This record gives sequence, C-alpha cells and structure tokens, in this order.
Amino acid sequence: MKSLQELKAMRERMGESKGIRTSASPTKITVAMGTCGIAAGARSVLLAIMGELAETGLRDTAVTQTGCLGICEREPLVEVVHQGHTTLYAYVNAERARQIVRDLLSTAEKEEK
Amino acid sequence: MKYYRAHVLICSGSNCAIKGCRSVKQACEQEIIRHGLQGEVQVVDTGCLGLCDQGPALVVYPEGVMYGRLTPSDVLEIVSEHLLKGRLVHRLMQQPTGPAGEVSPLSMTPFFQKQKRVVLKNCGLIDPERIEDYVRAGGYTALATALDVMTPESVIAEITQSGLRGRGGAGFPTGRKWEYTRVAAGQQKYVICNADEGEPGTFKDRLILEGDPHLIVEGMALAGYAIGATRGIVYIRGEYELSIHRMEQAIRQARENGLLGEGILSSAFSFDLEVCAGAGAYVCGEETALIESIEGNRGEPRFKPPYPVEKGLWGQPTSVNNVETLANVPSIIEQGALWYRSLGTPSSPGTKVFTLTGNIVNSGLIEVPMGITLREVIYEIGGGIPEGKQFKMAQTGGTSGGCLAAAHLDIPMDYDSLQSHGSSLGSGALLIMDDTHCIVDLTRCFLKFFVHESCGQCTPCREGAPALYHLLGKVSAGAGGHADIQLINRLSRTMQSSSLCALGQTAPVPVLSALQHFWPEIEAHLNGRCPANKCVMGKAAGKIAN
Repeated sequence: MKSLQELKAMRERMGESKGIRTSASPTKITVAMGTCGIAAGARSVLLAIMGELAETGLRDTAVTQTGCLGICEREPLVEVVHQGHTTLYAYVNAERARQIVRDLLSTAEKEEK
Repeated sequence: MKYYRAHVLICSGSNCAIKGCRSVKQACEQEIIRHGLQGEVQVVDTGCLGLCDQGPALVVYPEGVMYGRLTPSDVLEIVSEHLLKGRLVHRLMQQPTGPAGEVSPLSMTPFFQKQKRVVLKNCGLIDPERIEDYVRAGGYTALATALDVMTPESVIAEITQSGLRGRGGAGFPTGRKWEYTRVAAGQQKYVICNADEGEPGTFKDRLILEGDPHLIVEGMALAGYAIGATRGIVYIRGEYELSIHRMEQAIRQARENGLLGEGILSSAFSFDLEVCAGAGAYVCGEETALIESIEGNRGEPRFKPPYPVEKGLWGQPTSVNNVETLANVPSIIEQGALWYRSLGTPSSPGTKVFTLTGNIVNSGLIEVPMGITLREVIYEIGGGIPEGKQFKMAQTGGTSGGCLAAAHLDIPMDYDSLQSHGSSLGSGALLIMDDTHCIVDLTRCFLKFFVHESCGQCTPCREGAPALYHLLGKVSAGAGGHADIQLINRLSRTMQSSSLCALGQTAPVPVLSALQHFWPEIEAHLNGRCPANKCVMGKAAGKIAN
C-alpha cells in the first residue's frame, strides 16, 4: 500500500458485508422457506437472488428467510422491504428473482440522483 | 466480490476458548458444508462480544441473533433451523423476543444500549486475523490521514485537546506524556505498549488485543509518529498466548502491506514493532520494571526520577502507554478532539472499558462513557446481582482499588470522583460482591495477593504486605483489638508514602477503604462476631491464622 488513496481503494474493493453485521441494512429481501416454499423451488430463488446481488454489486441489502406465510399455493414467495415499502412477489422463479434484484438496483440508482 | 447472505460470528476470545468455542466452530463449519450452505453463509472468528458468561457464543447476522452457552450439538440445530430454513432457535437465544416472536437486534438489548463502543468498536464484528477486515471497517485511515496532512506536533496537540488520560490506572494525560518524550534529548526514541495485564479480575487488554490487534498497531504507529520514535515494543503478559499470536500476526500483515517498516505509505516516516513476552511477574506491569524486563534484567522498579519519558528503555526517551490508551488514539485522530470530549465528563473525557466479575449476572467486557454511575453498570448493563441477593461491595480498579459500599452506587465513575471516595478507576476491573461475603475475609484475600507479588526490593512493601495480611488474619479470627486497627492504619500510611512503586503504594488501598466504608462490620469482628458468618472464630481459627 502506498497512500491514503490506495487504502480507500482497498476498502472499496472489499465492499459491503460490514453493513450486514450491524443488522442496519435499509433493504431486506425475505424468501419464504417453509416446506411449501422449498417444494416450489424457493432454494433456487434464494441462490438466484444472491448471485444477482453479487453480480450487480447492490449494496446494503440483507437476504433472510422466513417460514410459511400461509399462501402456499402461490409459492415461492419473496418479500422485499425497501425504504419502508413492502412488496410481496408470488410465483417467483430464478429468472423473476434476478429481475427483482435488477429492479431494486435501478430504484436505488434513481434515488441516488 | 463474494456475497454471503448470512454471517456467523463466533467469539474466539480466550474466555470463550476455555468454554470450548473451537469445537463449536468446527461443528458449525461441518454442518454448513453438510447442508451445502458454504457458498451462502460465512463463518468468522471474532473477538469478544462482551457477554463472557454466556460463552461459547455466536451471533447470526443479518438478524443479529445471539445464541449462547452452546455445545456442538446445539449448533446442528442452529444450522438446520436458522441458517437453512430461517427459523430462529428460541431455546438457545440470549435476547428477549417481542409479542409476535420478533427479535430486537443485539445492539438494542439493555446490555449493549447503555454502552458506547470506541475502543471495542470492531470487537465481535471483524475477524482479528485478517487485515482486510480491519481496513474494511475503516482501519488505518487515521494513520494515513496523519501522515498525509498532520505534523507530529499537531497529532500531539489533538491528543492533548481530547483530554485522553492513561487507561492503565494512573490517569496521566497522554498528550503531555508524548510531548515530554518528543522534546527529550535522545538518539533513538521508543514507544512501548504495556500489555502486561496482571491485575486480578482485569482482562480488558487481553480481549482488546485478541479482538482487534490492528487497532493497537495503528495506535502505536501514530504514537511513534507523534514522538519521533522509529521502534515500538508490545510487552504482552506471557500467559496471553492468543494475544501474542494475534499481535505478531497483525504486525506481519501490516509489514506486508506497507503499514509498518521503511517509509510508511510513501511518507518519510519509518516505524516497526516487535512483541516481547513477559515472564509472569505482576510487578512488571509497573513501567520501569517492565523496561528492566525488556532489557533482560530482573523485573524490579527503578527509582524515579528520571522518568521513562527522559530515560527509559536503554536509557532513551520512552513513552509507555496502556493498550486501551493506544486503542483510543486512531478514533481521536479520525474524529477529532471535540468529538472525543463530547463523551464522558470534562475532567475524564471519553469512554472506559470495564471487566465485570464476581456476583453479577452478565459478567464480561463492557465499554461505557466516563461518568456513568456504578448503579447503571451493575443493574442495567450487568443485569443485577444473581439469585436475588443484595449488593454489598464493589471494588473498582482491581485488587489495588478501593472497596465501595451501597451508599456509593450513585457516584459517577471517572478518575476524580472515584479518587475522592478513596478508590480509583485503575485498570477497569469491577469486582461485585453480594451480601454473603465478609469484608475482612475479602481484604485478607486481596492482601495475600500482594504478599505473593511484592518484588521484595523495598522494605515497606516486602515487610508491610505480610504484616498487614497477618493483622487482618488476627481480626478475622476474632482475636483483634482496637490497637491492631491502629497498627493497620499506621502501617498502611507508611506503605503508601514510602514504597518505591505503585505496587506497595496501592496495596493498602482496599484495607483503608474497607475501614472507612465498612467500619461497623469490622468492629463486630473485634467483638468476636462475623456478621456474614464467613470468618472462623475462636480456637479453631487461631490455628488457621498462624
């Protein structure tokens, strides 16, 4: 390391997971992982969300799971809480899960402007 | 960069290691692999979370759920329920849940809410064995900033303005110590980090070194820059194996990344560190005895003056600072003296790390603003006295600190308030005792420690401590009279005024404060009665006392 700039660059590179460790992330994606959700493919939805988060580099986002929400026929269910707004997505598959993350990213980008 | 949806932070401090955190971590990693979660869940070794009583412990983020008192088989349940299915394992949780079963994050629990973490800001959140974790948490920014835009004089000015005082016990203003070392004439100046923590009941320095060693590297480099030293030594108590290991590793990593060595961060400043392990003498926590020990001599205190700031290690100007003091430095440089002064009290700014031990529900490590009351610490953060018993006594500052009674629960905890009540902030140990204990018995116990640890160099300490110990034994056995109390008083004053170092000077403090604050109980012993029913009186006792 040669300078303050390099130190900052190193910190940028190492990214964001610190936010997760303070349970203070403003955005939260919850995947319903009851047996009903898992049977309908919630696991691949979860992996798709994480893959897309890693690819897009969307920050300050926590991914958690929950149990059965009681609407088993519409599983896999994904709940997104962003800036206090809650959206519940039904019949999510891997492709739609990736779309959810990309939408979040563009929302976040708009908000930054 | 890799994205993990959950982080499992396992406390790997030595207090948890004793309770078996390694096998808990192993079980956790094996289970995560068995369920194929290794790409999603990261397991991290961290420093102390503070709730040592509940170890082995781990915290799962993003929920911020803490599980405690774990066995490896408990971990199987945490992995298959919480990490795989997202269902909390309420049986093992250590924090209350709301009416709908929701968890309040760990930071919102009473134990953490009253705390203010400056020194411990990274403890329990980062992996102390990875420099990357420290940098990601903002580490080395203070050093880089200081080298970039500050002169050594302005670093000292900032520390002086912040009002930072030595956290080893004496409370000497750090800025002034650095200034003296800077202006002293000498070829080679030294920074020494005093991590020879030997005060019974104190383990803060150990947990700081284990939890965030790079913070000390950065603090020492800043001290070196300020006073014009190119070499530093971390003198760590020999029994602190994990501290020594992590410190050596941190120094190596800092060197590899150009944060120690020649021309740090392309500046003209060169500085390097080495670790020196102590050999197990309490007196070596005294700065001049510590210096003797580094030089390869017997650990005996030197006559003062000259002070180490003028003639220290190898006769050169040396600044000896406590671990916690140095741990405050990067934050002060980064956030400024004014910010630091906004914490604590005017005469004792900042925070203080305490170790809670004895009869208290949450024994462990805490950091609070100076000036907090003993009551808040014991009843709000510490969770009170277990088994419904009553508070009797708190000893602040370790074995050489004073004994405070229930009447003192509301005095603010800072250097000056405690001193005016015959006690001291000392090393930050807080020993809490319930009403089943006897004050005479306790003070005798404290004295036994000093009898053992006196280095024997000066007479008042070498002879005084055993004499005090035997007099207290006499009182404890019901054979003492008012003449003995007078003798205890005189002997104590002699030791305080004529011992060579702080060991002998402070050894009588618990006795004098006990006489002051617990006189009725001591007087009962003179009448042949121990109110707490701890002391063995009469003939049977005579044998024990002799």
